[in-house]
Amino acid sequence: MITYLMCFALFLVGLYGAITMRNLVKIAISMSIMEFSTFLFFALLGYVEDGVAPIVNPDDPAKIYVDPLPQALVLTAIVIGLATTALMMAVIIRLYRKCGTFDIREIRNLRG
Amino acid sequence: MNPLIPLFVIIPLAAAFLIMIIGRFIRDFNKYFTSLVLLLLVCLTLWSLLKIDGGVSVYKVGGWEPDNYIPIGIYMVLDSFNIIILCIITIVGFLSAVYSISYIKRYTSENYFYSLYCLMIAGMNGVVLSGDLFNIFVFLEISVISAYALVAFGVEKNELEASFKYQVLGGIASFLILFGIGFIYWKTKTLNIADIRVAFTSGYDKKFYLFAQLLILSGFGLKAAIIPFHAWLPDAHSSAPSPISAMLSGVLIKAVGIYVIIRLFFNMFAITENIAVLITTLGTLSMVVGVFLAIGQWDIKRLLAYHSISQMGYVVMSAGAGMILIARGVKPEVASLAIAGGIFHLVNHAAFKGLLFLNAGAIEYRTGTRDLREMGGLAKSMPATSATSFVASMSISGIPPFNGFFSKLVIIIAAVMAKFYLLAALAVIVSIITLASFLKFQRYAFYDKPEYPKEPKPKEVPFPMVFSMVILSIVCLLLSLLIFPGIRETVLTPAIDILTDPLKYSNSILGI
Repeated sequence: MITYLMCFALFLVGLYGAITMRNLVKIAISMSIMEFSTFLFFALLGYVEDGVAPIVNPDDPAKIYVDPLPQALVLTAIVIGLATTALMMAVIIRLYRKCGTFDIREIRNLRG
Repeated sequence: MNPLIPLFVIIPLAAAFLIMIIGRFIRDFNKYFTSLVLLLLVCLTLWSLLKIDGGVSVYKVGGWEPDNYIPIGIYMVLDSFNIIILCIITIVGFLSAVYSISYIKRYTSENYFYSLYCLMIAGMNGVVLSGDLFNIFVFLEISVISAYALVAFGVEKNELEASFKYQVLGGIASFLILFGIGFIYWKTKTLNIADIRVAFTSGYDKKFYLFAQLLILSGFGLKAAIIPFHAWLPDAHSSAPSPISAMLSGVLIKAVGIYVIIRLFFNMFAITENIAVLITTLGTLSMVVGVFLAIGQWDIKRLLAYHSISQMGYVVMSAGAGMILIARGVKPEVASLAIAGGIFHLVNHAAFKGLLFLNAGAIEYRTGTRDLREMGGLAKSMPATSATSFVASMSISGIPPFNGFFSKLVIIIAAVMAKFYLLAALAVIVSIITLASFLKFQRYAFYDKPEYPKEPKPKEVPFPMVFSMVILSIVCLLLSLLIFPGIRETVLTPAIDILTDPLKYSNSILGI
């Protein structure tokens, strides 16, 4: 149970960073921390104590297997995460070229 | 097995790749090809709408048959509720694509624009059709990543900043959703929406259930810009190119936000009263706060964006009111009426808000400004824009005989019949303030001065833009027909049935 809670704590660390940081790149890093805490959570979901890799062997059927599905989900999610991080970095680089700074207080122009 | 279902995702996805490859060699291939592809999709959806007839059809990807009623493969589901959302995606998408033919000439690299546009359509169709939670997440990311890129398409300072804000908040929403999905998978060991419903009916842990519901609600609430989560919407929707604003405001927040909330909370979670009250409160809050934030705006597109928040509040509020009644188990016919009002308003909002953003784009195209104070007297020089925006303004503020009147009427009647008098009164007041705000828009943009004060004098916009605006204003008028008996029974009633009947959706997918 403690590992799951630590996962959630990592998620909250990322959320805190995304909200409080002033530097664009640091915000992007905080987003990555959130992302990887979620992936870690998924990886933990698939773990079964004393489980082996899920390859069925007809000679020895009485085995406990780990759940293979969360691993497949995590692979898909990592690919998506790569795309979002790349796009965010591209936008940050463009912003830096326009404004000459990474500080969000100096860029801020629009008001929500 | 309905072999047509995957085509809704495959066709725009293939178009996105073809545009990038062939568009390099043939000039003008991109714009006409996009419009043709979307016209094909419109025909496909309308044909499916006629054929569906209240049933639920399933496509199992890869042909994996269920084992002992437990679904194994990925399911794509077409039922009478999501066919309505598909219709608004493809119709507004087609008209925005036609509009872009002239509008997007002012930007460079048109190939990227049309390719991302097709990807966004593919993602939204996928979200709407997907029958399992993880694929909802995957398709949602496809559509929002292309939306982030399209918001930043102008690559000026404001566009980039709006896109960055949207990416941060959208990213947080995505991770909340992913966390919620993981949480549900942990307890139920399945990802199929219908199967999760069955797992929940056999008992669940209350605290876990509430936590999962809150994660999902806040994640999709951020995507749908319900009020405490709304900060990204006015910036993103006003900075994007106008056809994209029409798509974002008219379709994207519904397809990836409101639709998924309604689908999951009606068909996946068993409805509980506390979460129903929470949803109604959020809806009412966004309805009221959105319109007050809108009234002081002078930038047309920001004004329209705040109205999107307010109008989505109507939809969420009436769906939530329906949920409260279902959870209490009283007055099922009033609950159906409230949900019908919500869905009807959802469809109407797609038509008139899409049209309003296209009008704003037309004004910006000719005058180069979005500030209402610098306009005036455009009614004479841009008659088509002026007339269509009048139709849209009257629709959104609920003046008969336009569609907005009927949907707001249904919502208010349902609220009164359910004895939620406060909600009914607030709905009426918000509608009046909306009218005031749009009278301001009409007066400052089109009348007020005898003619536009600056040189050069604006002309009417080119034909493709006029075409889209006129068709959408006709759609605005025709949609009011949905409420009349005969048409209502074929379109709206089956959609309500599938939402209110607790087990119809899951049983017909699992084949029990």
